[in-house]
Amino acid sequence: MNLILTFIQKAIGQGIAILFGASGEILIEKSGNLNLGIPGIMYMGGVSGLMGAFFYENSVENPNGFVGLLIAFAMALVVSALGGLIYAFLTISLRANQNVVGLALTTFGTGFGNFFGGSLSKLAGGVGQISVKTTGEAFRTTIPVLSEIPVIGPLLFSYGFLTYLSIILAFAITWFLTKTRKGLNLRAVGESPATADAAGINVTRYKYSATIIGAAIAGLGGLYYVMDYLGGTWIENGFGDRGWLAIALVIMALWNARSAIWGSILFGALYILYIYVPGLSRAMQEVFKMFPYLVTIIVLVFTSRRNKPENQPPASLGTSYFREER
Amino acid sequence: MDTNYAIELKNVTKRFGEVVANDSVDLSLKKGEILAILGENGSGKTTLMNMISGIYFPDEGHIFVNGQEVTIRSPKDSFDLGIGMIHQHFKLVPIFTAAENIVLGLPAEKGQGMSRVEADVQALVDRYGFDMNPARKIYDMSVSQKQTVEIVKVLYRGAEILILDEPTAVLTPQETERLFQVLKNMRDDGKSIIIITHKLNEVMEISDRVAVLRKGKYIGTVKTSEATIPSLTEMMVGEKVSLNIDRSEPVNSELRLEMKGVSCRNKEGTVTLNKASFAARSGEILGVAGISGSGQKELLESIAGLQHMEEGEIWYYPPGGEPQALHSLSVTEIRNLGVRLSFVPEDRLGMGLVGSMDITNNMMLRSYRNGKGLVTDRKTPEQLARTIIEELEVVTPGVTTPVRRLSGGNVQKVLVGREISSNPTVLMVAYPVRGLDINYSYTIYNLLNKQKENGAAVICVGEDLDVLLELCDRILVLQGGRVAGTVDARSATKEQLGLMMTGTIGKEEAVNEP
Repeated sequence: MNLILTFIQKAIGQGIAILFGASGEILIEKSGNLNLGIPGIMYMGGVSGLMGAFFYENSVENPNGFVGLLIAFAMALVVSALGGLIYAFLTISLRANQNVVGLALTTFGTGFGNFFGGSLSKLAGGVGQISVKTTGEAFRTTIPVLSEIPVIGPLLFSYGFLTYLSIILAFAITWFLTKTRKGLNLRAVGESPATADAAGINVTRYKYSATIIGAAIAGLGGLYYVMDYLGGTWIENGFGDRGWLAIALVIMALWNARSAIWGSILFGALYILYIYVPGLSRAMQEVFKMFPYLVTIIVLVFTSRRNKPENQPPASLGTSYFREER
Repeated sequence: MDTNYAIELKNVTKRFGEVVANDSVDLSLKKGEILAILGENGSGKTTLMNMISGIYFPDEGHIFVNGQEVTIRSPKDSFDLGIGMIHQHFKLVPIFTAAENIVLGLPAEKGQGMSRVEADVQALVDRYGFDMNPARKIYDMSVSQKQTVEIVKVLYRGAEILILDEPTAVLTPQETERLFQVLKNMRDDGKSIIIITHKLNEVMEISDRVAVLRKGKYIGTVKTSEATIPSLTEMMVGEKVSLNIDRSEPVNSELRLEMKGVSCRNKEGTVTLNKASFAARSGEILGVAGISGSGQKELLESIAGLQHMEEGEIWYYPPGGEPQALHSLSVTEIRNLGVRLSFVPEDRLGMGLVGSMDITNNMMLRSYRNGKGLVTDRKTPEQLARTIIEELEVVTPGVTTPVRRLSGGNVQKVLVGREISSNPTVLMVAYPVRGLDINYSYTIYNLLNKQKENGAAVICVGEDLDVLLELCDRILVLQGGRVAGTVDARSATKEQLGLMMTGTIGKEEAVNEP
């Protein structure tokens, strides 16, 4: 029983970073931009949050956890939004190829993260020495009283605020896309920018907004990993391929942020399953790590067979829009 | 400025690179009238209207709306002036409902959820007597319903000025009639309407006045009541076009192609071609008539080897050779026998040409296998491209211009020209003059006639019955996937064809078939 509880807790812990990434990417893809830079942007969000907290804690004598949290949160938002802005400027204004820009951004962001993460470690005195414990604790603060309840407490109320924020954001994005007029406009931009343009929608503004806000949301996934999951430290390349899982999750969730919630927990569970299955050889562990991608492929096969138009990717995904094109 | 005019254009000019699409055009639309804009393909009708609707921005000139000079920088500016455009290619999001498409881009009023919007749209639909369900998804709709959505959309936005770009090109005659009735209702309601078209009979039927454009220049505006079809044609093409298509008697006609009892089904399992049989002969043009979607596409594609046939046989009789069973040959083998298909789809680029490639490369799509060793032969196709540009008078900056950047008529010339250039023994063309004006159409007719005189068996699927009756030797009529009959084009009448197409007569023949 306890093992199952821990497994679920850990699965959720793994899933939240992916959920942030997927929610942000869903918003971006709904505007017709396939941002493969998400893994890089998540690195950038993570390391910049850590930097903010690190310099704050080192500059005052008695750091306040809540202030550290606010600084880290703001830093992660701003830097990942900047990552989104780079992508937006290159693909929307300059109409560069989205895949190339995205992959370049991922390479850049990963390097950015490891460079500054490594520099921070050096400043702190060596690999693994960096710790922003006070801020980390603040991120990990669980809901008092409720988290004490047996079973339900650990299962539902034993997480830091970013976990709840990620779920609220996922619901909010689905609500925004399906229920609001602006959401309708954004989806139209992603389906057919020419139609949206003819309907008087400012395509460029919608694409920029979605790409930047989506990148900021995705960056929170990196922040979550560094602050909540690791408790405020840096491990080189520790974030691993969670960014790519986030992009895979977008497809598996069929571009619906709400479905990405359970999808992220499933991915998280599949991601750590190899630890909980006893007696796996090293090779089998790697096979187990492939499960999230296998699930994505299976979902793709099924949805393409069902052939329901609503479940397809946004029709103009990956293409640039130029109004005077004939 | 005169406030009796809803729209006035003065000296409006628009260039695309070196091509002048509109050359100082003047135009006026009175309030409460239907103005037809008539012109050949590539005469700049659509470009002109796109400037009014904010898609393009004019390089020079002035636009007045209700007597006020205005600057239209975006479609939104255009809406704000009460102008609504219904484009030739519908601007709708397929996965949205009609109502969602209609409110797209509009700010929501307080408490106005989708159900309220749907009710409002329904009210508008009922008022003008449209046939449309606001909650229906666009991908479930027919072409005419989609057009209805477009019209309701601009009405919903409070448009007082409507611009329709070739609205009847995709409609059946009945749907056209209904559309015209709605347009007249709207005019009587005080709306000002511009209709872009190149169909003269529709101009005569619907419009109050006609403005004519030729090669980007404004020629003049006349009252429809004072105009005649020949006078308008002359304004449009600039020179007198003979209304008679030359037709020679078939010589040395022999059996070239025979289809026996071919049936096809589409993906949904519906029968698209039902035991179709016919014969095509060398040195003659066989017309294929039918309401769109009666199996024309399947008929041609099964001959070309592109269609999976459920049953039936297709035999090809080469000049002085052994009969060949086309139904058991591959697409390439059929092509190499000299059986060529040139299909002009509604969007003109969908089949046969790659929009982003230039003319030479599009020629190479048919000849890339002919190179020596690893290297493809580029010289011959380039030569061919130049010949086609010259002989068919394709207007293009050069052979390296992407086909997508040419106007519709020029794209079509490239498409048809390429197939004809291979001297086929069987030439199949579908809608070769779709969207083309009279002058270009004649070029295509002459090309087909030349093929016929060279001894090819020409099969021509067409839309315009008058043309089929004048161009072809025999006409095959399709009705709901079956062959309703074949008539002699020299003696048949339009009424006879119409009745066969709608299935009023001709069923007996089908039943009596052995």
